[in-house]
Amino acid sequence: MLSFIRKRAFASLISLIGLLVMVFFLSRLTGDPASLFLPVEASAEMKAEFRALHGLDQPLLVQFGQYVGNVLTGDLGESLRKARPALDVVLEAFTWTLWLAVITMTLVTVCAIVVGSLAAFRTGGFFDRFSSMVSLIGASVPDFWLAIVAIVVFAIQLSWLPTSGTGSLAHWILPICVLFVRPFGIIVQVVRGSMITALSSAYVKTARAKGVKSGPIIFVHALRNAMLPVITVIGDQAASLLNGAVVIETIFGFPGVGKLMIDSILQRDFNVVLAAILVTAFAIFLMNLVIDLAYALLDPRIRY
Amino acid sequence: MADHLLEVRNLSVDFHTASGVVHAVRNISYYLDRGETLAILGESGSGKSVSSSAIMNLIDMPPGKISSGEILLDGKDLFKMNAEQRREVNGRRIAMIFQDPLSHLNPVYTVGWQMREALKTHGIGNTQAQAEALRLFKRVALPDPERALDKYPHEFSGGQRQRVMIAMALALKPDLLIADEPTTALDVTVQAEVLNLLKELQRETGMGVLIITHDLGVVSEVADRVVVMEKGQLVESGTVREVYHNPQHAYTKKLISAAPGKGEMHEPATAGEPILSVKDAKKFYGGFEALKGVSFDLKAGETVAVVGESGSGKSTLARILLRLEEADGGTAKWKGKDLFTMSPGELFKLRRDLQMVFQDPTQSLNPRMTVYQLISEAWVIHPEILPKAKWRERVAELLGQVGLSAEHMGRYPHQFSGGQRQRIAIARALALEPQLIVCDEAVSALDVSVQAQVITLLDKLRKEMGIAFIFIAHDLPLVRDFADYVMVMQKGEVVEFGTVAQVFDNPQKPYTQALLAASLDPDPDVQAANRNARLANVS
Repeated sequence: MLSFIRKRAFASLISLIGLLVMVFFLSRLTGDPASLFLPVEASAEMKAEFRALHGLDQPLLVQFGQYVGNVLTGDLGESLRKARPALDVVLEAFTWTLWLAVITMTLVTVCAIVVGSLAAFRTGGFFDRFSSMVSLIGASVPDFWLAIVAIVVFAIQLSWLPTSGTGSLAHWILPICVLFVRPFGIIVQVVRGSMITALSSAYVKTARAKGVKSGPIIFVHALRNAMLPVITVIGDQAASLLNGAVVIETIFGFPGVGKLMIDSILQRDFNVVLAAILVTAFAIFLMNLVIDLAYALLDPRIRY
Repeated sequence: MADHLLEVRNLSVDFHTASGVVHAVRNISYYLDRGETLAILGESGSGKSVSSSAIMNLIDMPPGKISSGEILLDGKDLFKMNAEQRREVNGRRIAMIFQDPLSHLNPVYTVGWQMREALKTHGIGNTQAQAEALRLFKRVALPDPERALDKYPHEFSGGQRQRVMIAMALALKPDLLIADEPTTALDVTVQAEVLNLLKELQRETGMGVLIITHDLGVVSEVADRVVVMEKGQLVESGTVREVYHNPQHAYTKKLISAAPGKGEMHEPATAGEPILSVKDAKKFYGGFEALKGVSFDLKAGETVAVVGESGSGKSTLARILLRLEEADGGTAKWKGKDLFTMSPGELFKLRRDLQMVFQDPTQSLNPRMTVYQLISEAWVIHPEILPKAKWRERVAELLGQVGLSAEHMGRYPHQFSGGQRQRIAIARALALEPQLIVCDEAVSALDVSVQAQVITLLDKLRKEMGIAFIFIAHDLPLVRDFADYVMVMQKGEVVEFGTVAQVFDNPQKPYTQALLAASLDPDPDVQAANRNARLANVS
């Protein structure tokens, strides 16, 4: 088990370095921060001074070497825009995103498992057809459209909820509801399919022959077996939320890491972009590790 | 009149499918008393498992529908009970064990948990359930029963898993045990042990046993009475002796005459040079020695049967001979050249001469290719055999040789029965005009009557075309009828090698003797004599 974690950590380290290289050089291709941060009429000397101050006058490879050295000591540089350590800026935003993702995914997982399992239990019944329709719509509706419609209806016309920003619990409701829809739709379908297979399996027949009641057959015998493919998809969906739901965060003015990343790219705030990528990549690595361990926990045949 | 323990009266079950209504069983009636064993004998698709599923309320409705009849347990009609009452009958009064204990045990819970669940479902407390589970594990003779309770199904062998299933089924001392092909997936010696255990337990508890099987040997070993089913109808019933010695219905006669093990034994010709000469073949998987030095010779037109139980290395031998896996030692001279060290180019030419037929034709035939494509694919790879213009003609000819016809060419594998699919697989092997065909359990998955047809076909090919066979099988009567030589393997080693007559009539090694003794004879009198001899040997 420990050696498995070590191996995975090492493999992830390599992909993190690869990611770092790619993002570092690509971001340098997007333009010169000096011309963005300084006024248009700034003189060449001022620009040169700005570049020297931030090390931007060095050859790219030297800049990269310095950057990697700093990262290893935990220093991800200063945010050009906010004049604060980039890591602090990112962690602050990431905390918001993390909460949003955790709450949304918890709700999604619980609801999708219950709805998907019940749909699978009576395949072709009214509940199955109804939930299939709802989940199909959920999985295919574009979230930016849904976000805008939700704002128009609930915030503007009905005035029940705030349009955007943060500050109260009410501010969380619309982003969570909008983010809920797509993963819910997808995961219900996966739970349903996986549960249909599990419920028609031979061990469920044995349980019925033993006289086990329907409840435990669905939620004890079948569900645990059906969870493996479901967990994979949950992880996948959670990863896309952790990356920062860029569009939704922007529409709702939610100060998460997705919005931060977009803003920083637009303003050539390289250190923040790099720090944000490192932090989310690390979080996704941790989550994948948890998922792999959950496999082993659910299925005794899987051992690392 | 006292009620029977179980009585099925005029039961009909239909399945409503997209392509119409299937009458799975039609108007069948039978009964079973306490302490008695009734066998339901039938081939695949005969509906032999349907009535037991109806007894256990395991038929999904829809698509299933009970269109007539009643099932009486101690005189009370199960169909008149509500779902909750049926659930209480299951496990407590009637229990069931199945063919494949690996898939019928939940893989993610320990067997102890599953045992306790069976008890707790019917109102037994946790501590008592734990004690009872342990007692039952000891009773079915599982090794190290305390530790076994905390293990998962995949940590047991096939025979042990079936013992777990039996322990679980007997947890609440049911009046009726239904055993659906309980030993079909097990090795012969393990089969004998499990059947023996079932009989012992029946004597102890006085339960009635309903055993569903396709195997006449199992019927003659355990059953008192038998009902024979064909295409959803009950065609014959009576005591096992009556039915075996004096079958009335044509289908029963056919089944009994198709049972292998009664034909003339082959007398191999001694002349000629061996075409294949295997010396000291070895194969390792990591530190595990799967083959520990196997040697034998094979002449043109001869058949060597390789018999042994699971894990004996018989399939590994086939795989290294065909270079599906690399050997780790020894030589295999095919007409003087070593198969094991041959270059890929030479091997490619040689593939023509060596062909293989696998156990499961459903899996070994690509479901998206037509029969024509499946067979002619050989010539796409080896174009020198036949010009393209002649392909259709030759495919038709090959289909004729295996007892199919030219009109089958455009169909897909799923449109054929299991036996027909295996014929297609044989036709495909023949397309390359091979000199040696390796059959890995090639007829094990087939019904007895179909098995007989395929064996007849292989025999014809051997005589007409001089093809040599390596025939891997676990079914000894079949081997007795078909092979020239028998090689008995155990744990990667050759235990005994000889002509069929030598091995079957005068086995030298204890392991061979044990295998032969465990093999079940369809004749109830012969089987009873064998059993007594075996028990006398033990004591």
